[in-house]
Amino acid sequence: MNSEKVVFGFFITLAATLNFGFWLGEMDRPDLHNVWELAAAIVVSLIATVLKFGDRTQLGAVHLATSLVADVQLIAGAIIWSWEAQTAGGITPSGIALVVSMSGGALLANLISVVLMISEIITARR
Amino acid sequence: MNNVTYLFLRRMRVPLVLVIILYMISVFGMAIMPGVDAEGNATPGMGLFNAFYVISYTATTIGFGELPVPYSTAQRMWMTVSIYLTVTGWSYAVVTVVGLLQEPAFQNALRTGRYTRRIRNLREPFYIVCGVGETGTLVCRGLDRLGLRFVVIDSDPSRIEQIKLEGWHADPPTVTADASQPTNLTGAGLLSPYCRGVMALAVDDATNRAIAVTARLLRPSLPVMARVGEANTDLNMGAFGGDMVTNPFERFSTYLALAVARPERYRMGQILTGFPGDELPEPHHPPRGHWIMCGYGRFGHGVREALTKAGNEVTVIDKMHFGEPGVDIEGTGTDSGSLMKAGIEHSVGIVAGNASDLKNLAIALVARDLKPDIFIVTRQNQVSNAILFEAFRDDLCMQPSRIVAREFLALITTPLLARFRYEIRGASEKWSAELTEALAHLNGGFVPELWGVTIDAEHANAVVDAIKEEQWVNIGHLLVDPYDHDQPANALVLMVARGDGGEILPSTGYQLEVGDQLLLASSPDARRRLELAMNNPSVLHYVRTGREGGGGWIWHQMRAVKRLWIKSRIRHTIDH
Repeated sequence: MNSEKVVFGFFITLAATLNFGFWLGEMDRPDLHNVWELAAAIVVSLIATVLKFGDRTQLGAVHLATSLVADVQLIAGAIIWSWEAQTAGGITPSGIALVVSMSGGALLANLISVVLMISEIITARR
Repeated sequence: MNNVTYLFLRRMRVPLVLVIILYMISVFGMAIMPGVDAEGNATPGMGLFNAFYVISYTATTIGFGELPVPYSTAQRMWMTVSIYLTVTGWSYAVVTVVGLLQEPAFQNALRTGRYTRRIRNLREPFYIVCGVGETGTLVCRGLDRLGLRFVVIDSDPSRIEQIKLEGWHADPPTVTADASQPTNLTGAGLLSPYCRGVMALAVDDATNRAIAVTARLLRPSLPVMARVGEANTDLNMGAFGGDMVTNPFERFSTYLALAVARPERYRMGQILTGFPGDELPEPHHPPRGHWIMCGYGRFGHGVREALTKAGNEVTVIDKMHFGEPGVDIEGTGTDSGSLMKAGIEHSVGIVAGNASDLKNLAIALVARDLKPDIFIVTRQNQVSNAILFEAFRDDLCMQPSRIVAREFLALITTPLLARFRYEIRGASEKWSAELTEALAHLNGGFVPELWGVTIDAEHANAVVDAIKEEQWVNIGHLLVDPYDHDQPANALVLMVARGDGGEILPSTGYQLEVGDQLLLASSPDARRRLELAMNNPSVLHYVRTGREGGGGWIWHQMRAVKRLWIKSRIRHTIDH
């Protein structure tokens, strides 16, 4: 068992699951999307990115790229949410829809990471 | 991305993850801590964004104070925890960076990156000098004086440090690595199109051999010069196709024999391979007869053989090798007893050829005491002892390191010289004396510059154009001062190489062809003028005809019309 792989696998999966939890639910209903879940997803995704720093393998580079995409999408979503939250009317349905679609994009990147990780495990078994 | 970035990112993983986690704890905690409004009523937490803002300015120790409203006690408590947490995290990251910077492996990677970049950016011809011991340093100084760039590679860091301390015109990139490893040689720029030659001057033969083989295989057309001490390595090296290999011991003894038996040819050789601008070597006139040879190592063998071949009688004195065939007397030569036994009263010369400078000087002093008019040849091993040898005023002092350095320099900067020396290998004393005389006048009493030039569009544009227009250019044309047609240029064409053939010391009427390679000796000033004449059509026209040629197109056309008119008039006259 490789502890580096366990740690990375844990964080990449956690990033995907947290993000999935935030994304789940009707898009334009702010009460179905908890901002704390988004914040946790950002933190976990950042850690997953840092864990791939300095990996010279081909797969490591792709992992770094996908998790950087997830970071960018999630942070963009967080900025939009912060902006929406401080306006007078609170969070509007269209605003939260934008945040959720951002997290949806990040979810896609997370899923690619997970698929890559699984494929790596499969090739290692063979 | 290079090695340094990877190494840095890899090492920063743990500190960065720690910082992220500590931020997360601080921000989340701050966001939910209940606050208080101006009237003292409890309010909900400040929210995620405000918390991130507060922690950001606190963790970076900017500290704006309590924003957006004064804090409650709970918030202040959490703030205290956050300050310690985040500052610890940052400190740990900074300490890791500092530790990384001090790590030898990281510094090595940094250095490698730096010199690789410098060598990649070297956009002018350069040479690679492998090994900077005594000889290597001399070669570097010579290259520097000639205004040429070079890369130094040596596995000994202290030598590299010494090289860095010298006052160079242009700081050479230095590589601390084992040059016998191909990757280190390619890292030093072996594959660069600007690399003009490799000189292998490392301490041991094996390294030099490895360098020669690497360079030969990776850059087949590049001149490689390797120093080897072993007698039979020459043959090994020959297998790699025309490598220029110098065996310092053999070369040294050949020179010594030459100096004793053929002083004029020796002097000519010294001028040909000398550093341009050095004072001309003084002529020596060593006597013939009975010689004493002290020291019978690898060098002594060569000297004895050469001296005997030149018709001298040789008595060998040695202590360590006594009993071997060839050694006549047991002793060191530093005492009068052994010298007397060798018959110093009726000797004409003595060679002090030990590997120790002080021993050689002692021998020379004793010999001079016993016979003041004896011709003394000393071998100087270390450049730093030059002051002692100067004080002694011997008749002939030879430094192996200097000989190898000069030879390497001359041959690698002027590859044609090797061919020239091969062609004149059997030159007579008279011929050598005449050439020496001619060479000595070129640069006002100093060693002239030797340089090669190929008649092609790149190096002699005007000459190529003239030849294509069937206006022949002779050697004589080039030897005219382009500033004053009546004056000769301070230059001498030593050889014209045309394919496998060519001509040594061509006459002034020798016609040049495109593709010819010329070996010239001249003063630096004459070289500049000659290069001007070969590349500027107007100047070439002047040296060919002695007339100032107009440069403009109109004048060219008018002159062409005039020529036609003259021709038609001549034809007219003949017809009548």
